[in-house]
Amino acid sequence: MLQVISVLLENKPGALMRVTGLLSQRGYNIESLTVARTLDPALSRMTIVVDVDSTLRQQVIKQMNRLLNVLQATDLTESPAVVRELVLVRIRIAQDARTAVLKEAEIFGGRVADSSTEGFAIEATGDPEKLNEFVSVMRSYGDIEVTRSGALAIALDAKKLRLQPPVPTKGGTQVEEKVI
Amino acid sequence: MATLVSGAQMLVECLVKEGVECMFGYPGGVTLPFYDVLYEHQIRHVLVRHEENAAFAAEGYARSTGKVGVCCATSGPGATNLVTGLVNALMDSIPIVALTGQVTSKLIGSDAFQEADTFGITRSATKHNYLVKRLEDLTQTIHEAFYVASSGRPGPVLVDIPKDIFQGQGHYMPVTSIHMPGYKVFTEGHTGQIRRAAQMIEESERPLVYAGGGIIASNASEQLRELVELTDTPVVITLMGLGALPSSHPNFISMPGMHGSYASNMAFQNCDLIVALGTRFDDRVTSRLAAFAPHAKVIHVDIDPAEIGKNRAPDVPIVGDVNRVLTRMVKMLRDEPHRHDEKTTAARRAWWKQIRDWKRQHPLEPSFSTSEIKPQHLMAEIDRISGGEAIIATDVGQHQMWAAQLIRFNHPRLWLTSGGLGSMGFGVPSAMGAQFAHPDKLVFAIVGDGGFQMSIPELSTIASNGLPVKIVVMNNGYLGMVRQWQTLFYNNRLSGVALDCFPDVEKLAGAYGFQGRTVEQPSQLAAALDAAVSEPGPYLLNVRVSATESVYPMVPAGAAIHEMVLGPPQPVAVPVPAK
Repeated sequence: MLQVISVLLENKPGALMRVTGLLSQRGYNIESLTVARTLDPALSRMTIVVDVDSTLRQQVIKQMNRLLNVLQATDLTESPAVVRELVLVRIRIAQDARTAVLKEAEIFGGRVADSSTEGFAIEATGDPEKLNEFVSVMRSYGDIEVTRSGALAIALDAKKLRLQPPVPTKGGTQVEEKVI
Repeated sequence: MATLVSGAQMLVECLVKEGVECMFGYPGGVTLPFYDVLYEHQIRHVLVRHEENAAFAAEGYARSTGKVGVCCATSGPGATNLVTGLVNALMDSIPIVALTGQVTSKLIGSDAFQEADTFGITRSATKHNYLVKRLEDLTQTIHEAFYVASSGRPGPVLVDIPKDIFQGQGHYMPVTSIHMPGYKVFTEGHTGQIRRAAQMIEESERPLVYAGGGIIASNASEQLRELVELTDTPVVITLMGLGALPSSHPNFISMPGMHGSYASNMAFQNCDLIVALGTRFDDRVTSRLAAFAPHAKVIHVDIDPAEIGKNRAPDVPIVGDVNRVLTRMVKMLRDEPHRHDEKTTAARRAWWKQIRDWKRQHPLEPSFSTSEIKPQHLMAEIDRISGGEAIIATDVGQHQMWAAQLIRFNHPRLWLTSGGLGSMGFGVPSAMGAQFAHPDKLVFAIVGDGGFQMSIPELSTIASNGLPVKIVVMNNGYLGMVRQWQTLFYNNRLSGVALDCFPDVEKLAGAYGFQGRTVEQPSQLAAALDAAVSEPGPYLLNVRVSATESVYPMVPAGAAIHEMVLGPPQPVAVPVPAK
């Protein structure tokens, strides 16, 4: 089963490395990772798929939450969530197989992104396991090249986000420019 | 019309605002603008002789004062040399801020002279780190660094500053607030959980308080004392927490763990409730986790949520500052006094009797010999002179364990040791840092002959500043702890542990212009230590101790905590086979 961790983090240099470092320091390999800006451009949302047993996963998530750049890390493995992935397949096929390939692609909800005499580039989105089937079906028709986006996940129930309010610095509240 | 100032000037102004009086560092090419501002500045810059020791000295300063320690190094090798000290501070939750120079922004990534990816290298060596890319961010970053280092679970923070940021000109605007939405600091603790914990302590028949370095970090000694006196609970204190209660306190058993006392370890195995306060169930305490404290329910108070349930799942987790949590717990206990029923009263009395019996059966006490100085004898003599009042800094190894077992502390922040990371070479520089903070206090650096040789460069810093640090080398001619394991578990095949050619300390100290001496006779030890202490300046005392003494009790690796080896294996008569 896919083990999915969703992380809301600050969009800052090094933030990604801090999160992934917690997995790599334990020798765990990341199966997939996606990261992009959120509505708030100062923040990014990251989805990590990784094979880590449950106890350790809880520990790693706590340590992710401890990172200063991380606003919230949640385990979506066992909570209600939608997980989707995009796959791009380029397939080289003979003329007589074109119709069959298009039909198969349609079954999986695939869409032709590019077409040439050599074959097609097809895009499909869906549940990552469903996409595995799509890829193997395509492979049965000819030479293919595949690029996958990695899983994207969104939780179905909102979790309260706890943010730290600003704190005053040491040494007074002077705001004017100071000559030193 | 305000004048333009340089980044370096802004940085120093931030340090002043943060109350920095003293910092430890080593300059270099890219930190030149910073050192130019430090010239004749009120902030005292101490030139160490190796950057690792700048970090260790900053830790000694921080541990002994509770303030943030500051160290500074140049780019490349300067920064990489800091790393051991940073990890040491991370493992022991010590607040330090490290400032490193970086090559000019435009040159980053070009393999410029003395360039290293400090930001990348120190990512996992710090609580948090920064690379300052814009002058506008500098002051905010410095204040954030101090805030992060000292709040929550304290730790090291590094700020990497390129040379052009030091040199850049701008207007200095004081920073008035810090906003770090992702930095979650939990302080108060859950009221319901605190109440539940208080009730469990009252109802427990065999409770045990297990206090750690968190008590020191949050200045909660007074609250700890009130809790244990109010509930009459026995206490074990970890290596990091020694001094949290005075060693003479009647409720204090001793240190638990791999080289903890018999009574402490047995108390863990037989108690029905562990009250863990600012501690993390470290493997050196628990030994085989699956067999640790099998009958105990656990209350775990820690400011770091990631520590809760990491090693031992608690029955009552409380995330909060142990100082605040204990203050409230003590108030609850006072407001609603609990009367034990007869059964609990009898059980409590039996529990205390049991603990006293364990203490009596296998006390931690020094051993003496007339022909050679036993290492325990040395620690007993230092303890006599200290009387629980001196600052004691150590490295890691046998001397550290004997010191922890046998030296008393009347107050917190007297015991400076490398706990989690176990760094050799920590004792001398951290003693140095502590002595800068407490010029009139007696400071001992107790080190082994191995670790001492990692710190020799700092003899120069000590001499140059006339620091009256008393360096006591417990010299057994071996890397003693490794030798002990080879003897016990590797058929005494002593591989790579013999330290010959130890320098003549009289000449060595003399070369730096202070006094040194070697003692070998037990009869001369007390007088030699007294002489070292009465010397107004630094002193290097080399104490030749028995070469093959081992630290006991000892829990072998993989054993349960009660499966202690209490003393050296006794010779067994082997029956002669009949012919």
